[in-house]
Amino acid sequence: MNQGQTTFTKKPNHRPSMLAKQALPWVVPILLLIGWQWASSAGILPSRFLPSPRAVVSSFIELSLSGELWMHVRVSTLRALSGFVVGGGVGLLLGLLTASMHWAEILLDTTIQMVRNIPPLALIPLVILWFGIDESAKLFLVALGVFFPVYINTFHGIRSVDRGLLEMGRTYGLSGWPLYREIILPGALPSILVGVRFSLGLMWVILIVAETISARSGIGYMTMNAREFMQTDVMVVGILLYAILGKLADLLAKALERYWLRWNPAYQTAR
Amino acid sequence: MPVTFSSGEIAAANERCSRGISVGIKGVSIAFGGRTVLENFDVEISAGEFVAIVGRSGCGKSTLLRSVVGLETPQAGTIVVGNGAERNGKPDVRVMFQDSRLLPWRRILPNVMLGLEAALIPRAQKVLAQVGLAERSNDWPATLSGGQRQRVALARALVHDPNLLLLDEPLGSLDALTRIEMQQLIEDVWRSRGFTAMLVTHDVAEAISLADRVILIEGGRVALDEVVNIPRPRTRGSVRFAALEERILGRVLQRRPMVEAQW
Repeated sequence: MNQGQTTFTKKPNHRPSMLAKQALPWVVPILLLIGWQWASSAGILPSRFLPSPRAVVSSFIELSLSGELWMHVRVSTLRALSGFVVGGGVGLLLGLLTASMHWAEILLDTTIQMVRNIPPLALIPLVILWFGIDESAKLFLVALGVFFPVYINTFHGIRSVDRGLLEMGRTYGLSGWPLYREIILPGALPSILVGVRFSLGLMWVILIVAETISARSGIGYMTMNAREFMQTDVMVVGILLYAILGKLADLLAKALERYWLRWNPAYQTAR
Repeated sequence: MPVTFSSGEIAAANERCSRGISVGIKGVSIAFGGRTVLENFDVEISAGEFVAIVGRSGCGKSTLLRSVVGLETPQAGTIVVGNGAERNGKPDVRVMFQDSRLLPWRRILPNVMLGLEAALIPRAQKVLAQVGLAERSNDWPATLSGGQRQRVALARALVHDPNLLLLDEPLGSLDALTRIEMQQLIEDVWRSRGFTAMLVTHDVAEAISLADRVILIEGGRVALDEVVNIPRPRTRGSVRFAALEERILGRVLQRRPMVEAQW
């Protein structure tokens, strides 16, 4: 019977190692960067169109050493976050209200759905008229943009809470706030977090446009100001900053999901 | 899974033996969208009794159970749970559903603790140990098997030390071996605690092995009300068991007894 025996000899390992797996996503960006630097040095890419990566880095260092960069980053982040808190908070509360109370849905939902179809950025002329180019203008625009994804996903989340769990909760004597805390909110949380993640992305988009059009500080202002002086390196620093901040916001949202939804097999870290 | 009780627990159980309460269902009619499910339905269940309700799917057996706990409101009739002389007013009624209905976002122990104060953690742990899941108290429900989840659901109901336990096909989705294990567990806790139990099932053998009385619902009424006079613990292979199962099944399937058909 020895001939029929199956042997399991280990083949040479073709699977990429952990290091290779982590390095792989960076191959394309690094190649692009090298190509960009080469094109700039060779004079194919004039610096008034696009500065060389080296110029961008040195301009970044210069701006951060002088503290100017951090001032703008702080102003922008503060605007983004306060707009997010206001808009997301109102969206969450209204979503909870309309999803839980039938009369609130009848009263408010049609109005909200109508307003939702207006792009927040279309309101910029009016907003400038109302608030000037003050902080409140940016806050209003970001809050308005962030409101809808949070509102819609909260509403949807609450409406799709498992009926069976609600029934079970009631037979265990839960009602009012305990029912909310134990069953309705945790059940709606996955959907609410989808709205939050979507909002965080939208938050930067709206803020960038608002700051580019009307501001006296912030990353958008810094970028627009640089345009006046043809400082393409500063402009690229500003654009890259948005990319980094957007990515950071997304990482934050993902971390929240992983923590709050750790009970869900879909969010448990695979091993 | 063997369930063992310490002598102290047995003493405590004897003390609780009067926990069961009676259920009186009189003239209950329930209809959904014009379709009558139960019609002028009467059943009396005495305190501490284990009653199994069988019938074809859609015969209204689950509806009956749900109306006892108030999840359905009958259009007519009365349902009296307890005789009003319970020690602390409202009788404690718990339900075990076909699916475990554990909260996926709570670990096992907090699931068992649902609706209880934190001071009762030791009791919850004790009940978890009784269903053989003490070491899983810190796990998420998603990591448990179907049978384990039903055991947690049973523990969650038992922690309240119910006067009446309603079992709505709680073992319907389990595999055959786990079912038998769970049936033993349910019979053991029922015997030690003495609550009243109403079990809805479509498995006649399950009904006979657990219940004092098997009620068959047909056409919205009681079609058969059979006292099971087989001493516990009951063995499925026994002649009396098989004969009773055959009789009830025959009634459900509307056929004449096998004995007559053969000769």
